[in-house]
Amino acid sequence: MRVLRFLAGLLFVAAAAGLAFAVSDYRLFQLTTVAVYAVAILGLALVTGFNGQISLGHGAFYAVGAYVTAILMAHYGVPYWATLPASAAICAALGFLIGLPALRLGGLYLALTTFALAVATPQLLKYHAFEGWTGGVQGLVLDKPDPPPGLPLPLNADQWLYLCTLGVSAVLFLLAANLVRGRIGLAMRAVRDHPLAAEATGIDVALLKTRTFAVSAMVTGVAGSMGAVAVGFVAPDSFTVMLSITLFVGLVVGGVASVAGPVFGGAFIAFLPNIAEDISKAAPGAVYGVVLIAFMFLLPSGVAGGLGRLLRRAARRPA
Amino acid sequence: MDEFLHQVLSGVASGGIYASVALALVMIFQATHHVNFAQGEMAMFSTFIALALIEAGVPYWGAFAITVLLSLILGAAIQRVLLTPMAGSPVLASVGVFIGLLLIFNSIAGWLFGYTLKPFPTPFEGPPVLGGFVTRHDLGSTAVTLAVLGGVYGFFRFTNLGLAMRAAAYNPVSSRLMGIRVGRMLALGWGLAAAIGAIAGMMVAPVVFLDPNMMSGVLLYAFAGALLGGISNPLGAVFGGFAIGVIENLAGAYLVGPELKLTLALAIIVAVLTVRPAGLFGRTVVSRV
Repeated sequence: MRVLRFLAGLLFVAAAAGLAFAVSDYRLFQLTTVAVYAVAILGLALVTGFNGQISLGHGAFYAVGAYVTAILMAHYGVPYWATLPASAAICAALGFLIGLPALRLGGLYLALTTFALAVATPQLLKYHAFEGWTGGVQGLVLDKPDPPPGLPLPLNADQWLYLCTLGVSAVLFLLAANLVRGRIGLAMRAVRDHPLAAEATGIDVALLKTRTFAVSAMVTGVAGSMGAVAVGFVAPDSFTVMLSITLFVGLVVGGVASVAGPVFGGAFIAFLPNIAEDISKAAPGAVYGVVLIAFMFLLPSGVAGGLGRLLRRAARRPA
Repeated sequence: MDEFLHQVLSGVASGGIYASVALALVMIFQATHHVNFAQGEMAMFSTFIALALIEAGVPYWGAFAITVLLSLILGAAIQRVLLTPMAGSPVLASVGVFIGLLLIFNSIAGWLFGYTLKPFPTPFEGPPVLGGFVTRHDLGSTAVTLAVLGGVYGFFRFTNLGLAMRAAAYNPVSSRLMGIRVGRMLALGWGLAAAIGAIAGMMVAPVVFLDPNMMSGVLLYAFAGALLGGISNPLGAVFGGFAIGVIENLAGAYLVGPELKLTLALAIIVAVLTVRPAGLFGRTVVSRV
């Protein structure tokens, strides 16, 4: 079963990579966005789905990741790939610090604190003392990285960026799947389902929660970095509380406690606004709201949970 | 010194708004242990209803009364339709429903009324009072807020219905055995919270102007106020709301400037949770396991 799942994942990534040569540059940009959002939601899934700690402010970590990459690239000329570890480290540290006070308390307090963080983020990014770095309200413009010379296949910048994003995302999903399956993942779920019993078996609940939050912030931060380069532009008003809420919607739609779920969630939040905005500017928000409530009532395990149930039922039925 | 006094007084005026919303949050929290993330958007939506009524020619206080009544019905309806089935489900489910409501109210308001800033009339017009320190509107809205808070206090303290609601929130099982319709009490609590929020919305709109995102800052300050006073203590939350209003104005004038006001709310939330999670007047909740 494990091998099967791994092979399915590999096949999926190979097929997705093949798309780089099959579709238009604009579609490739959209697919890059799907991968970016999927990774951002994966980070949220680790803390909310597997550890039961509700975060409504992961857009803030996404923003920090995006800004770390943008500042390093625009001001210091650091190459794109080298900014990813930096943004991962900074976001992990930030997640640890923010999780420290809030995670000692019940889940609602974390939801409240992270919600406040998300609301305050654009203001912090605009703050004039950081303007030299962040570019203030104007933001920063980034160049799309060129594909390295001497590749066996001729790639344009969009194809190269898409493949890079896909590769990094695949690695992060593999790492997350391993984390969740292993001893730490078991501890994470034990803390979610019964904190007291988890504590009694020797798990340091507060430390585990804070560490999970840090890892989750790190993953979402890397997504932010990749998103900044894909869009080629960062500005405070792209990182409002709506971003955090959108990630939360994607998480619920995909399936909160699932590693594959974020892919569905990412596709949903990447494509829905394009479709819905044809109707009205307000339509995406309304659709998100209705879908969110509908999933809570009808399919709380999300698309991934629903598909999994269908697959299992099909497997059980005698041929 | 004059400037200082001016900042304190105008802080009290906005503090009244935060206190109202904080009270609405705490009422729902006490009864159901939910934090209503949609409280601000519901208030904003009510304020748009009031504006539509006023623009249709209804006199201010008539529109005010109709809006409060509609908000009460809307709040109770939301509780019955969406939250009753959610009783006993995990926290994530209720947070999901509240965020869903937030999105729906925000986008319906944007769709019906547009995203541009709209002026909202105040019934308290005229030159500043008290030696020019306080605008008429600040004085009037503080009076309205205090009247609302006093009315809510009297309702819970001195009426049978208020007593029944407190009982239903405190111990639903025993209350049901005593013949109290707990479900109706919860719905009424939601309705009251929505009505209080609507009044807060109508009082703050002339100051900050009306648009679908009007209440996000107010909600944040109300959170901070509720936590500062103690989320388990309605009087504490009201005090916290007023305190936050004054702190916000003084810090905005002398400390951090207007650019970081929301960050200040975040800092207060984090500080309270770190130093004294129960708030100034809240009790630490001890549960037997």
